[in-house]
Order: sequence, then structure tokens, then C-alpha cells
Amino acid sequence: MMPRTMFDKIWDQHVILEREGNTLLHVDFHFCHDGSFNAFAKLAARGLPVRRPDRMVGTPDHYVPTTSRSIDDLASDDMKRVFRAFERNFTSHGITHFPIGDPRQGIIHVVGPEQGLTQPGLVIVCGDSHTSTHGAVGAIAFGIGASEVTHVMATQALWQKRPGTMRITIDGNRPDGVTGKDAILAIIARIGAVGGTGYAVEYAGSLIRAFSMEERFTVCNMSIEAGARCGMIAPDDTTFDWLKGRPFAPAGEQWDAALGFWKQVPGDPGAGFDREERLDGAALAPMVTWGTSPEQAVAVTGAVPDPDAEDDDERRAALVAAVDYMGLEPGQAMGDVIVDRVFIGSCTNSRIEDLRAAAAVVRGRRVRVSHAFVSPGSGLVKRQAEEEGLDRVFTEAGFEWRESACSMCVGMNGDVARPGERTASTSNRNFRGRQGPGVRTHLASPATAAAAAVHGRFVDIRGL
Amino acid sequence: MKPFTTVSAVAAPLDMINVDTDQVIPARFLGRPVDERYPDYLFHDLRFDADGAERPDFVLNRPGFRDASLLVTDRNFGCGSSREHAVTALVEAGFRAVIAPSFGDIFYANSLKNGFLPVRLPDEVCRRLRGMLHDGPGGEITVDLESQTVTAPDQTTWSFDIDPFQKRKVLHGVDDIDDTLGEIDAIRAFEREYDARMTWLTTRRTR
Repeated sequence: MMPRTMFDKIWDQHVILEREGNTLLHVDFHFCHDGSFNAFAKLAARGLPVRRPDRMVGTPDHYVPTTSRSIDDLASDDMKRVFRAFERNFTSHGITHFPIGDPRQGIIHVVGPEQGLTQPGLVIVCGDSHTSTHGAVGAIAFGIGASEVTHVMATQALWQKRPGTMRITIDGNRPDGVTGKDAILAIIARIGAVGGTGYAVEYAGSLIRAFSMEERFTVCNMSIEAGARCGMIAPDDTTFDWLKGRPFAPAGEQWDAALGFWKQVPGDPGAGFDREERLDGAALAPMVTWGTSPEQAVAVTGAVPDPDAEDDDERRAALVAAVDYMGLEPGQAMGDVIVDRVFIGSCTNSRIEDLRAAAAVVRGRRVRVSHAFVSPGSGLVKRQAEEEGLDRVFTEAGFEWRESACSMCVGMNGDVARPGERTASTSNRNFRGRQGPGVRTHLASPATAAAAAVHGRFVDIRGL
Repeated sequence: MKPFTTVSAVAAPLDMINVDTDQVIPARFLGRPVDERYPDYLFHDLRFDADGAERPDFVLNRPGFRDASLLVTDRNFGCGSSREHAVTALVEAGFRAVIAPSFGDIFYANSLKNGFLPVRLPDEVCRRLRGMLHDGPGGEITVDLESQTVTAPDQTTWSFDIDPFQKRKVLHGVDDIDDTLGEIDAIRAFEREYDARMTWLTTRRTR
């Protein structure tokens, strides 16, 4: 048999049938959040049941407040309706869920792995684009829209056309101050926001192997920002050690059976990819975005590009629009950019290691921006951070220590900044208005965002 | 699902790259019901200023483009969030298709599920089309799915690619769920064999 990539091996195991070059793919796990009300309503309108409630799990995150745990405190009737629908839908269909108030509640892309549901060799879908996160254990995981969510609820399967395969290799020792977030921002800056479109991306190389599970989740999380269908990393001992003992991970004899299977998940030696990209790990540096697309990222020691250096009229106009929106000057050093607010959280960077990295920078210093807060990725992350005393490090520095939700990554719960304000954010999208109308977002790692909070501007954490 | 066959309509040029779905419909509208207000949510923060007044520069606020039912834009339209509301907002505002060099993967899939046609044409063709529309506001474009062609206001015609399986579904308005449930025996047979092997997979706590 021809050597196959990890993606192809997992895909082949999930093929129910093929028709006209399209595949009806079996879905192992369907993760769900509070934005699922449209899909449940579509299912109800057709009078269909959830076909495999034993393969679904949910927790609210998008609309959840970070300042309260009471639905009565929600900002609007729309939001109250969303929560009542969530509770009703999951309860009536008999689906395991972690509602507000349950310590396991959190951001679904943090909770799935934390509970041990995110496992190697699986096909995982969720009505959220950052579902690519779960590929970090060696799974095919991708986001879908409400119609496809309804389809999965009704059938536990999905029609898909097999994407191409791309491998992005980063070899080299980890440079000082570089995290998974810096690596993925560098990758997107290199290949562009459409660089991964049409591909399933596998990240490989010695630097990727050296990454912790938390960093691997961060890398795969932002695959979608390069346009990729999904991102994945071959499972290894780092993966298996991380999974062992988690609530929904197999145990005892089942663990042995699962481990035997998981070890067969990585691609065969010599398997060919449709496209290959390489980055020099030793050349990576702490990164920050300057513009309105995640592809517009530079080293924190770098500068805002000069649109006049672009020959193409339309490309130049796009750069001018981004520089204008961001309120920056061409050629301005990123170190001269003054920050108003700092957000540490989101499915990209809200895990315990992220909070430790931010706290290490913050410890003993004072916030010098108008507002900074932390929203841990789950109730369990929050609890662990409190056991380690991280909450006090943040609050003593002037951060707010809040509850778990998507929060200011997407602003749907009312956590937004004011028009014209500039944020340093550990989230994944610096789109115009993403954090509130007219808000200017700069993406960075937890350490770099924390450093911006205590310095009031972007600084190179390697010099701290 | 509403089928898509052919549309001849006024087209608007949207000269922006990477129009993400947060631009198409900002997150604060996603909890709202689909009612007569929905068309106003489309491109809301590009179309309206903080006081709710129209931004005169935005293409859909300009004479000749206000009644557009087609869009011609630049690369990576619909990137970002998986929100299907983006397609809903376009459809509710009367749009039938969007032409661009490339699309966000999830937006592309969402569009087809709603009989809204995402048409991929090369960068230079999209550029030429946008140029024609700027030169002649109110110009009509024809998108024909059966022949897989786009005809410009100057009658130049280009062919576009679409997966034949997806084309058939959109052209005939095939209901995906009914179609798949027609294969329920194959699904059950697959799952019997698969579940027997992957015995540890469940979202229900067993220990």
C-alpha cells in the first residue's frame, strides 16, 4: 500500500460511502455551544431527533457573561432566550452538557480536550471555526455552519470533498521568548490568510514536537486564519501523557486498546503531501499583528509596513485601509504602539500554561493600561490557576480576574472595548470591529500581551 | 432548499480583500431573530456610522448599486467565523450570488446549503468585472449555474468551476438531510462495525 499521511489514514477510516467524488464521512464527536439554537430549531422544524446523543457534548461559551454566573444578569432578552434554549435543547435530547455554574463549563475548545474527549484518530466537528484546535492531538477537526450542524445532529455524518494535504515543517531549537502563538502568527504571515485554503495542514518538525499540548492547541486553533480546512499534529508521548486520567479518556484495558490504536495514527514514513512549506525555527521571534487580518503580523521588534512600497494599486489600497483603520503610521515601530486595553483569554490562549506565562510577566508589576482582564478557558482552568495563586498575581497588578467565556475574542457577551481603543489580545482575530465597533486589535502571545499591560505599549519580552 | 438556476441582476463591486463574516454581519446581531430588520444587519458597520447614518462612500449606499443582487469582490470573501448568519443576511437583503477569486471554506459550504451561489473566478477577471461595474453603475451580470458561466455587462462570458455533486444539489434544491437519510442503512452498517472496534468512544460517562 502507498504510504499515507495522517490525514488520509484518519479520513479513510471514516468513509461511509462515496458519490461523485464526495464522501459521506462518519463523525465521531460533535461538540456544541450556546450558538447552536439555530441548528436545534432547524432539527425541531423537521421533527427529527438527535441521532447520536451519545456522541454529542456541549457547554455554553459565546454568550456567557464573565462578570456573573447568573442568567438573570444577562444584558439582553436575546441572550436570555439563547440560554433558555441551550438548557432546554440539551436536556430534552439527553445530551451531556456543562451549563453555567458547573465547574466544567468553559470554552468548548478548551473543555473538549480538558475532559479527554478530544482524542487521536477521530473526526470532530463543531459549529465554530476554531474547531481546528482539536487537531492538535492528531484528529481531523473542523468548523461547520448551522445547516451542517443540523445535518450532523440528524445523521452523525457529513458530506465532504477530500481536501489537499499540506505539511508545514518548523525545525530548530526554540528561540528565547517564542511560544506556539508566535509560531502560528509567523506561519500565517508567511503563507497568508488564503495560504491554507483547500488544504488539511499537518504541522511537523522538531520545534513543533517540542511544543507542549497547550501550545499545539494554539497552533492548530489558528489554522483557520490561514484558510485551512483543519490543522493537525501527529500524536506522541506528549499527547498520550496529557490524555491519561482525563474524565472521558479511556481507562484500564480500554486505555491499552486505545493507545494501541493511537500509535497507528501518525502518517506513514515517506507519505507525500500536495504542498510543503518550511520555516526556520531558529529565526522565529515574539510576534504581534499590526493590521486587520492575522496575516498582517511582524516581530514585536518590527514596524508597520509602508504601503508605498507595494506596486500593485489594489494591494496598496488594502494596506492603506488597514493602516488607517488601525490608526498607525507607515514605518512606525511596534514598540512605539500605545495600548489601551489587554485581554487574556479565548480558545487560542486561555489554558493554564498561558495564564502561567502571563502571570510570570505581570508578577510584581502594575497595569499601565486603562483596563486589563483575564477570562480563563474553563472553570477548571480558573480553579487550578487560583490554587496556584495566579489570580492574586493578576489582581494585585490591577487585572480583573473573571469567569470563563469566549468574552472579548468575539464580544458577543458584551465584553467589548470602546471605539478607537487599541487592545493587545491573546485571541485569534484582529478583524475590524471584532472586539467592538471601531476597536483596534493586536494579536499576541500571553506573555507579550501581559507585557503590554504592564508597560502600556508593546515590548520585547526577551529584554525583560 | 431553494434551488439556484440562473440570475441576471445589478451587481455591486466590493473592492476589499479578506471580507470576514464579522464584516458581513457583526457578532452583536447573531442572537436576533430573522425578521424584517435582518437586511439592515448586512455589512452593518461598513454601511452605517456609529449614529446609524449611511456611510456615503460604501458601495451599497451609492446610486446604481443600492438594488444590487450580486456582489463582485476580492480574495478570501467570507473568511473567519463559521456563522451561517452571514449567508442569511446576504439572502435576506436580496443577494443571490457573490463572485470572488477565493472564499472562506466554511462560508462557501454554508452558501451552497442555502441556494446562495459562491462563484470562483480568477483574480484578473474579478478585477475586470469590478472595473466595469465602477465605470457603469447599475450594470447587470448574469450567473448561470447550468452552463457554469458568468456574463459581464459588456457580454463577455467566463466559465467557472463547481463540484458536480454540489452543482446538482444546488441546481435541483436537493435537501441534504433527506438525501443522507436515504443512505441510513449504509450509515448503520458502518457504525455497527466501527463502534465494535472503537469501544471507548462516548460522551456519556461510563465510569
